[in-house]
Amino acid sequence: MKKLLLLGAEAIAQGAIDGGMSGIYAYPGTPSTEITEYVQNSKIAAERKIHSKWSANEKTSMEAALGMSYAGKRAMVCMKHVGLNVAADPFINSAITGVNGGLIITVADDPSMHSSQNEQDSRYFGKFALIPILEPANQQEAYDMAREGFELSEKYKTPVLIRITTRLSHSRYGVVVKETRAQNNNSLPDDSKQFVLLPAIARKRYKILLENQSNFLEESENSAFNKYFEGNDKSRGIIACGIAYNYLMENYPDRNCPHPIVKIGQYPLPKNLINKIYNECNEILILEDGYPFIEEMIKGFFDTGKVINGRLNGSLPRDGELNPTIVAKALGIDTKEGLPIPEIVTNRPPELCNGCSHRDVYEALNEAMKSFGEKRVFSDIGCYTLGALPPYNAINSCVDMGASITMAKGAADAGLIPAVAVIGDSTFTHSGITGLLDAVIENSPITVIISDNSAVAMTGGQQSSATGRLKEICIGVGAEPEHVRVLTPVPKYHTEMVDVMKEELSYNGVSVIIAERECIQTASKKKKEKSKE
Amino acid sequence: MKKDIILSGVGGQGILSIAAIIGFAALERNLFVKQSEVHGMSQRGGAVQSHLRISDKEIASDLIPYGEADLIISVEPMESLRYLPFLSIDGWIITNTTPFINIPNYPDLESLVTKINSYKNVIAFNADEVARKVKAPKSSNVVILGAASQFLEIPLENIKSGIKTLFGRKGEDVINKNIIALNAGIEESKKYIIT
Repeated sequence: MKKLLLLGAEAIAQGAIDGGMSGIYAYPGTPSTEITEYVQNSKIAAERKIHSKWSANEKTSMEAALGMSYAGKRAMVCMKHVGLNVAADPFINSAITGVNGGLIITVADDPSMHSSQNEQDSRYFGKFALIPILEPANQQEAYDMAREGFELSEKYKTPVLIRITTRLSHSRYGVVVKETRAQNNNSLPDDSKQFVLLPAIARKRYKILLENQSNFLEESENSAFNKYFEGNDKSRGIIACGIAYNYLMENYPDRNCPHPIVKIGQYPLPKNLINKIYNECNEILILEDGYPFIEEMIKGFFDTGKVINGRLNGSLPRDGELNPTIVAKALGIDTKEGLPIPEIVTNRPPELCNGCSHRDVYEALNEAMKSFGEKRVFSDIGCYTLGALPPYNAINSCVDMGASITMAKGAADAGLIPAVAVIGDSTFTHSGITGLLDAVIENSPITVIISDNSAVAMTGGQQSSATGRLKEICIGVGAEPEHVRVLTPVPKYHTEMVDVMKEELSYNGVSVIIAERECIQTASKKKKEKSKE
Repeated sequence: MKKDIILSGVGGQGILSIAAIIGFAALERNLFVKQSEVHGMSQRGGAVQSHLRISDKEIASDLIPYGEADLIISVEPMESLRYLPFLSIDGWIITNTTPFINIPNYPDLESLVTKINSYKNVIAFNADEVARKVKAPKSSNVVILGAASQFLEIPLENIKSGIKTLFGRKGEDVINKNIIALNAGIEESKKYIIT
């Protein structure tokens, strides 16, 4: 029995490889990035010719994976929680078309928003799509669920959602790996109309999905990932989902919790186990590393049943991730406190690296904006979002991938002129191009600054989709060539940069300024690798 | 047997390397090891921490509960204090005193070191200087590991083996430099009384 020390993310990747996957499709996003990187660096994956190149965004990833599934092979799509928002259209509809080759969507949620814009809970998306959800409690389960998930998917021709959170994704533990299964051969869907969602066909497919709900429930009720642990003290019953089960068990070092426990690892909720614990116990405590998703369901609109303790009645904090101490408090167990952090300790907020090209862009932009007005720089998601903090305080919005350009356009429509957008190269190819098209069609008086460091930097320096071709793309979309300017953001060109920015800010139409300089982190990594050769 | 360790410092200072060395050593002893780290935005500024849990039994939580950490091993002085809420009553702080100053309002170093030494069980010294003295200037992190090694309940030979596993690809020279750094840290820590 071979044991590997794997991050939760890596366990899923290895599990998928051992499950006979033929392709993994993803866009980088913390805490999901490492899943795809593991496959990209895996020798076995290379030997098996498993597709693992990055996609332009999560929607194209989802669609490509669905295409691979159509052709009979097993595919996995990976993303962070907000990435599922981007992939939502094909995701929801993949449940209606159903699949051919097994299809797993792995979403990594980020409770406490360590690296995200929100802490939304992807289990709602699984419920929304009416598909089975698997939620591992530890690294071994993550491996097993990925490996066996394709079988579940092919049994009912349904996509399957695996949901993890940051603390599992970025934590290492020993995993027993099993034999690697063969990949599928090419095959076509039996039903030639299965994937055609014309209303008449979609209504039939939807009925099939609805009929499958009882099958998915049966799978959950018989699932090895859902367990009932007996307990003599029935004053309280505990339902613990995913990683929350670990935090619960941390408080009972000899695994001697006196209360009955239902451990949830597969949804829809197993009615048999939930009914049993509800009937046997006086009160129920519900532990979820995310929204009070189950808690709300079980409490019900009228809340006239037994007392349900959780985030909604203050037994647990309403927001943020769980940890063993929070769970201990909800259990009424004495907790230790350690020592307070002394006042001498100051914050080290995240900041741009020394020598980062974004710094030079913001220095120039701040100076150029002085004569044009304040609070009108709309920005986006990437390392450059740090421009919101001191010393630059240069940007005024960051909402979702690509929103910089489109919000600037909308603000200009409202009369805020000039409106500026600051976006990175990867964010631009992810979802900025369509926004630029909108602006070009109406020749909106906006200035788009693409701070191009030729990398998906914040997530670790993955390859950007269109390095070297941004100018062509902007002109191809219809921006006027005279108003697509290319600059090199370095201190010695500061004055030129300010001048160009001022010119374009004064122009009453669409301007694009591309500030090109490679990310210093990726550049230095490449240098190190080259010197080794 | 259990050891809960918080490793702390600033990004790029080799915290994850120390975590890996201890992890490899523990695995060699057939102990269970759980190690968590931070990626992405949480990494970009500086403060980096890792929860490293070692036990002879299966480990439940990936995060160490407050007040349960046996050790805070830090390669940066201010960072050694940031995780005090995790430290147990008899827990030890082992820290470098060379500061990493990337913020305008970094505290006065003398006050900081005084504050560090005011706690019960502390080993605080200039690991950068020790590393320089033994001609291993890039290995101040391993010096700190050496100073902490007496508290790990893992035999030295396993820790040295961990160093070989981690740095194996970089060749004999690098391995030897790090073993020298480890020994220098051990020597340094002998100046402190163990309670």
